[in-house]
Amino acid sequence: MNAPVNGESPLKSEHDIVLARQLVRKLTQELGFSLVDQTKMVTAASELARNAFTYGRGGSMHWEKTNGGDRRGLKLVFVDEGPGIPNLELAMTDGWTSGHGLGMGLTGAKRLVNEFAIDTKVGVGTRVTIVRWK
Amino acid sequence: MEKIPILRMGDFLLVTIQIDMHDQLALKLQDDLSNAIQQHASKGVLIDISTLEMVDSFIGRMVADISGMGRILGAQTILVGMQPAVAITLVELGLSLPGVATALNVERGMEILRRKIAADGTDERPG
Repeated sequence: MNAPVNGESPLKSEHDIVLARQLVRKLTQELGFSLVDQTKMVTAASELARNAFTYGRGGSMHWEKTNGGDRRGLKLVFVDEGPGIPNLELAMTDGWTSGHGLGMGLTGAKRLVNEFAIDTKVGVGTRVTIVRWK
Repeated sequence: MEKIPILRMGDFLLVTIQIDMHDQLALKLQDDLSNAIQQHASKGVLIDISTLEMVDSFIGRMVADISGMGRILGAQTILVGMQPAVAITLVELGLSLPGVATALNVERGMEILRRKIAADGTDERPG
């Protein structure tokens, strides 16, 4: 039997953030990522999972082992139904924070992955998609 | 209740973070450490993260805060044992931990603390 190629993990508590990190570690290992690449993806996932939990009032992380040409990679989508981000440009500025963090969450996560997309609507929620290739 | 142990070794405190901490646990450690520094009048704190496979901005901030609080309370904090992959990731994330002293391992961290405290001690004694 083949291992599943996609799935979903809840982000409803702080403990879920820890579980999400551990899941991403396991998935990147299965894909044969180098230790540095594993660590980068796990760290990016941790930042985005925390954002979804803290600012998005909880949500979920969807994962998918994906192929791009002859490359394999991991795609993660963080979805919340929180307040959305009113000023995305500002939120994507290093050091800017609406909460108690360092303001490194979004911009930092973006630097750690190969592909980054964010879709947010005030009052509806936020969806952040990241991909890291092996 | 989950808790990260703080070991007292003479003038120093040693904390070894071995588990993947959730955020509240990290905040609790910060509280416990500042209390311990005050209670034992500790002069140095070693935080060993050699088994941590990831440091994100939250844990990074906690370490920077502990270091800052320690300084105010008269203790020097040294972060020891960071794995290379963690260091590479932290810098790329945008966290270079300014103001946080680091050392390769506990032994070297301890040496740095001893030297620093010895130097401070001589400064205080006149003549």
